[in-house]
Amino acid sequence: MIAQFVKSREALLLAAIALLLALIASRFPSFVSPGNLVAVFNDTSTLILLALGQMVVILTRCIDLSVAANLALTGMVVAMLNTVAPGVPIVAILLIALTLGAVMGAINGLLVWKLEIPPIVVTLGTMTIYRGIIFLISGGEWINAHEMSDAFKQFPRAVVLGLPMLSWCAIFAVAAFVVLVNRTALGRAFFAVGGNPRAAVYTGIDVGRTQFFAFTLSGTLAGLTGYLWVSRFAVAYVDIAGGFELTVVAACVIGGISIAGGVGSVAGAVLGALFLGVINNALPVVNISPFWQLAISGAAIIVAVALNAQSSRTKGRVILKTAEQTA
Amino acid sequence: MSTATHHHVPDRLNGPLHRTVRSWESLLLAVAVAIFVMNSFASPYFLDAWNLSDATFNFTEKAMIAFAMALLITSGEIDLSVASIIALSSTAMGAAAEAGLGMPGIVAVGLVTGLACGAFNGALVAGLGLPSIVVTIGTMSLFRGISYIVLGDQAYTSYPPSFAVFGQGYVGWVITVEMVLFVLFAVIFGVVLHKTNFGRAVLAIGNNATGALFSGIRVRRVKFILFLLTGVMAAVASVCLTSRLGSTRPSIAFGWELEVVTMVVLGGVNILGGSGSIPGVVIAAFVMGLVTFGLGLLNVPGIVMSIFIGLLLIGVIALPRIWFQLQIMRGK
Repeated sequence: MIAQFVKSREALLLAAIALLLALIASRFPSFVSPGNLVAVFNDTSTLILLALGQMVVILTRCIDLSVAANLALTGMVVAMLNTVAPGVPIVAILLIALTLGAVMGAINGLLVWKLEIPPIVVTLGTMTIYRGIIFLISGGEWINAHEMSDAFKQFPRAVVLGLPMLSWCAIFAVAAFVVLVNRTALGRAFFAVGGNPRAAVYTGIDVGRTQFFAFTLSGTLAGLTGYLWVSRFAVAYVDIAGGFELTVVAACVIGGISIAGGVGSVAGAVLGALFLGVINNALPVVNISPFWQLAISGAAIIVAVALNAQSSRTKGRVILKTAEQTA
Repeated sequence: MSTATHHHVPDRLNGPLHRTVRSWESLLLAVAVAIFVMNSFASPYFLDAWNLSDATFNFTEKAMIAFAMALLITSGEIDLSVASIIALSSTAMGAAAEAGLGMPGIVAVGLVTGLACGAFNGALVAGLGLPSIVVTIGTMSLFRGISYIVLGDQAYTSYPPSFAVFGQGYVGWVITVEMVLFVLFAVIFGVVLHKTNFGRAVLAIGNNATGALFSGIRVRRVKFILFLLTGVMAAVASVCLTSRLGSTRPSIAFGWELEVVTMVVLGGVNILGGSGSIPGVVIAAFVMGLVTFGLGLLNVPGIVMSIFIGLLLIGVIALPRIWFQLQIMRGK
């Protein structure tokens, strides 16, 4: 089992992150101080949350390009609600964010399930629609920090047991997904549907329904992240998290989740997100212009996908050993 | 026995006229005409030759990429890096202009950059057999990332006046140079997809890549060529866009990849590969251009127009399927 782990994608990624941290620490020791590592994890929490949802979607051979738009719309709705009714408790805000996100995810899921429209087309469409709706409801206005109530802004910052609530949200989500993916029938169904949809049907799994649940989960997490994002940065406007959907997909790919479906793990998604998070946080520290960030994450994606393909490539069996040698 | 064999066995289930009327292109054309008519009633400024000419800028550049993308998607691949190729190619042209190259030199630098980007994508997808959607999400960050490294928050603006011909030139009256290029490339790509062996190979690969390989089609080479074509067309669009704007920033054409894919899918190209037509993409380009322009005249902001585009994208695919499912439920 240990030998298996050492060869796994997760171990490789963990080693890469450790190496990265060691390299940075050799020049800038303060980067690996516990306080800063907590800050890096906290900064990456939103990406981890979204990567978890994207992971189950990709496992079922789908893709969800609408997560960032879902996040932005949910964030705007709860922010507007907060300006209108500052007294609404945070628990209610969280429930509203989760529900709204789930509904938007379910719309994607229903279109994929009931109408069998390819997921990339569905989420490309809903991505622009959800973004457009933000403009319709907000009129293009920004909601700034002074318009939000203190309780609304404080929730992700509140420190419990040494970690901010934002980090705890990510940790709870990771724990829940470990159980869901590894210990439930639905979790097995995600793998079955992605690994071989036809075989999944013969074992009694409804492929479309499983994909619907994956999209709903992804949407739910996007909704939660929407509130956390808006309250953390204390601003809501049309373009927040623009283009973030592709960063989320990138985190999954770097984490070894196969875009062809059926292959991946929660640990992979988390490590993929952390890898990008460490790079993004390290660049300013090591004095590399932040303009390098985009190119570096692009290169990381290409290397990761090449490695994925290398590990999944099945070697042809040699049937005639002598012929092989003489050839 | 012989008397009973006089059944007329049709070689096609529906007549050619019937098929034309029921085709995707006709549906789309009806949508385009409806939008055109609605627009002319909605705004008095719509039916003006100069305004309509200006409106074509909304789609000509994107459509040029969409033609190549249509072939690529038909073959079962996709390229999400096209907008980033525009950015990188534009950056290269800006640097070339800064270095004092003339108009032909700048254009050559732009086209070669696009070709190189296409070759890079093609080598990773066709050469190493990696999934194109992930590869091009990666190169999308990489290519634009290089533009950001080169330019940062700066911009290239020192283009020679003769370079303006592509984006700002007119051939005569209201006919823009871009419109001419659009028509030219529509014809070229239409002929390539529908009238050549290469086009048949693209369709065959999209339907069944293994089957195509066993029928003697060099699948990897065809795919590589398609990525090259897409790279070059992105560079052509970059030349037009850079010339029209007269400046290069790393954020140029941000988000265009999804608009181009939308245009292709709206044009009836199967996102899973295997079928598609260039006339469909041409009409889809007009539909998207007309929606944008018409709503713009009515002072509808761009982001709201994107709702219409999104609804259109899902609607045109969903409605025939809902209709089909209703017919099944009725027991037909």
